[in-house]
Amino acid sequence: MSFWTRHQVFEKNSIILIVGILAVIAIGGLVEITPLFYLKSTIEVVDGIRPYTPLELTGRNIYVREGCYLCHSQMIRPLRDEVERYGHYSLAAESMYDHPHQWGSKRNGPDLARVGGKYSNDWQRDHMRDPRAVVPSSIMPGYAFLSKTPVNGAHLTEQMRLLRVVGVPYSDEQIDNATVDLAAQAASDDAGGADLQKRYPNAVLGDVAGKSSVTEEDALIAYLQHLGISVDFKLYDDKANIR
Amino acid sequence: MSVDNLHDSKIRIDEHSGTPTTGHEWDGIEELNTPLPRWWVWTFYATVIWSLAYCVVYPAWPLLHGATEGVLGWHSRAAVVQDIADLQATRAPILAKIKDAPLDSIEQNPELLAAARTVGRVAFLNNCAACHGAGAQGAKGYPNLNTDAWIWGGKLADIKTTIEHGVRWDADKQTRVSSMPAFGRDGILTPAQVSDVADYVRTMADLPDAIAPETKGEKLFNENCAACHGVNGEGNREVGAPNLFDAVWLYGSDKAVVVNRVNQGGGGVMPAWKGRLDDTTIKALTVYVHSLGGGQ
Ligand code: HEC
Ligand code: HEC
Ligand code: HEC
Repeated sequence: MSFWTRHQVFEKNSIILIVGILAVIAIGGLVEITPLFYLKSTIEVVDGIRPYTPLELTGRNIYVREGCYLCHSQMIRPLRDEVERYGHYSLAAESMYDHPHQWGSKRNGPDLARVGGKYSNDWQRDHMRDPRAVVPSSIMPGYAFLSKTPVNGAHLTEQMRLLRVVGVPYSDEQIDNATVDLAAQAASDDAGGADLQKRYPNAVLGDVAGKSSVTEEDALIAYLQHLGISVDFKLYDDKANIR
Repeated sequence: MSVDNLHDSKIRIDEHSGTPTTGHEWDGIEELNTPLPRWWVWTFYATVIWSLAYCVVYPAWPLLHGATEGVLGWHSRAAVVQDIADLQATRAPILAKIKDAPLDSIEQNPELLAAARTVGRVAFLNNCAACHGAGAQGAKGYPNLNTDAWIWGGKLADIKTTIEHGVRWDADKQTRVSSMPAFGRDGILTPAQVSDVADYVRTMADLPDAIAPETKGEKLFNENCAACHGVNGEGNREVGAPNLFDAVWLYGSDKAVVVNRVNQGGGGVMPAWKGRLDDTTIKALTVYVHSLGGGQ
């Protein structure tokens, strides 16, 4: 059998073909994925990135549970039109504490990577309960039930401990105060807000005075208000992080 | 491909096509081993060569301390910075004029006005429309910007301040503050008094179904509300208290809505845009909003 006809070995035996396919894909995977774990240039070194607060983390779980990523991406690609519309392109560092990240690939709605601070909590509430009340042409479903569902914090500290195992630097203090911090961030007039902001700089506090219970809506909004605000791009050096 | 190299005794040359068979045979049915078309084979080789060339020209293979850079020195992040710079260069002449022109003079210059309105409209649709509506017509709790019923003021400078620093946006130190007390919730007025003062406000506004609450409504209004809303309900832009007798309502004129306003107090929140949008865009937005029809 000459070299040029040896491919027939694969074509005539399905088991050998499958093993061959797996081997080729594995090479692709190894070459593309393994270096991400050891190359220092994978994640830029920038200031301002901190782990999610307990309330934001809870909100993130709801974001994942409700499948918001099926319509919204969180990834501003380095392309002119995206940067024009959404702001600075996303950095790897901005999702380094996301397990798993919510980059997504579907944009029925706009990208949410920098939606933090774009709207008020009021607007987020109005929009979440009935998107068409504020954006008449919206095709986003309403999530009114979130405002009636209290958050379930039962597994909060376990989740934070678990995240620590995979590299999110939660301190013991942060984990011990998880429940306190969760309530403090949702309420507006709580003295705990100052402690929270010491533990988690830039945490956006809720603004409903006299709130008695923390709802899933509060958590989701706290999460949305944190998206994309961590890095101060006035101090960011585009040239130093050319990839 | 030579048939002789294959030790399969059933391979033979098909007499009709002159092509060898594969040697497989099922109940007398055989399969031709027709070679791939030449064009396909050469295209395949071409893609292999292309991929090798790509690896040389563009960033490709990860190594121990980085990745191969590619001889072109192309990087996606450098490319986008360049693209944005090119874009800004094409816009620079007109944007520079908007930037340098005093705010008051832009509307007098048709060329600048047209440019500012174009830039402003795009920025408005992208950043403001979700609250104020695509036509700036507003929604419940979000003011209509086409009218001359301004809460915080309709002069260019007022509008600019509102856009730059937002309204009740705590993260901005210079934001517009002041909000209405929660008369009902905080027990400043009893439910009956709230109802009376709401009736009085609705009579003032001349609503067809308004019920005049005798004199106690007026007294309650003068004592509790006039300081901000003015004795005749004309409003006060210093404290962002809206006019209560015009036909423009931020939240609605139904009795229940007015009662709820007086009970809950507070006020709407608008984000600050300084920092998020650049100064020239904010200037263009100011002119755009001012020129919608209600500018003063
Ligand atoms: C069926 C697709 C769909 C789903 C699912 C969906 N959205 Fe949306 N979303 C949209 C569309 C379309 C818009 C744009 C119109 C609008 O503002 O409502 C939007 C807008 C938004 C905006 C405003 C973005 C901006 O910059 O104006 C936010 C915030 C948002 N969605 C959050 C969420 C969250 C949180 C979830 C999950 C609970 C979610 N969406 C689920 C389609 C969707
Ligand atoms: C999160 C919702 C929201 C967004 C986004 C928003 N606004 Fe507002 N805006 C408001 C609210 C609420 C008010 C009224 C504040 C109050 O009740 O006093 C307001 C008030 C204003 C006013 C003052 C109106 C008056 O009567 O004095 C102007 C001007 C204005 N907005 C312009 C803009 C522009 C321009 C943008 C986009 C850059 C924008 N707004 C984005 C919510 C928003
Ligand atoms: C400290 C100043 C202040 C006082 C006192 C005050 N208001 Fe207000 N009022 C405001 C402000 C500011 C707003 C605008 C709220 C917003 O922008 O969301 C407002 C809004 C309103 C509105 C809604 C108007 C609309 O267009 O929908 C009503 C109605 C109203 N006030 C009635 C009253 C009544 C009645 C009283 C007295 C019992 C009162 N206010 C006392 C500041 C005040």
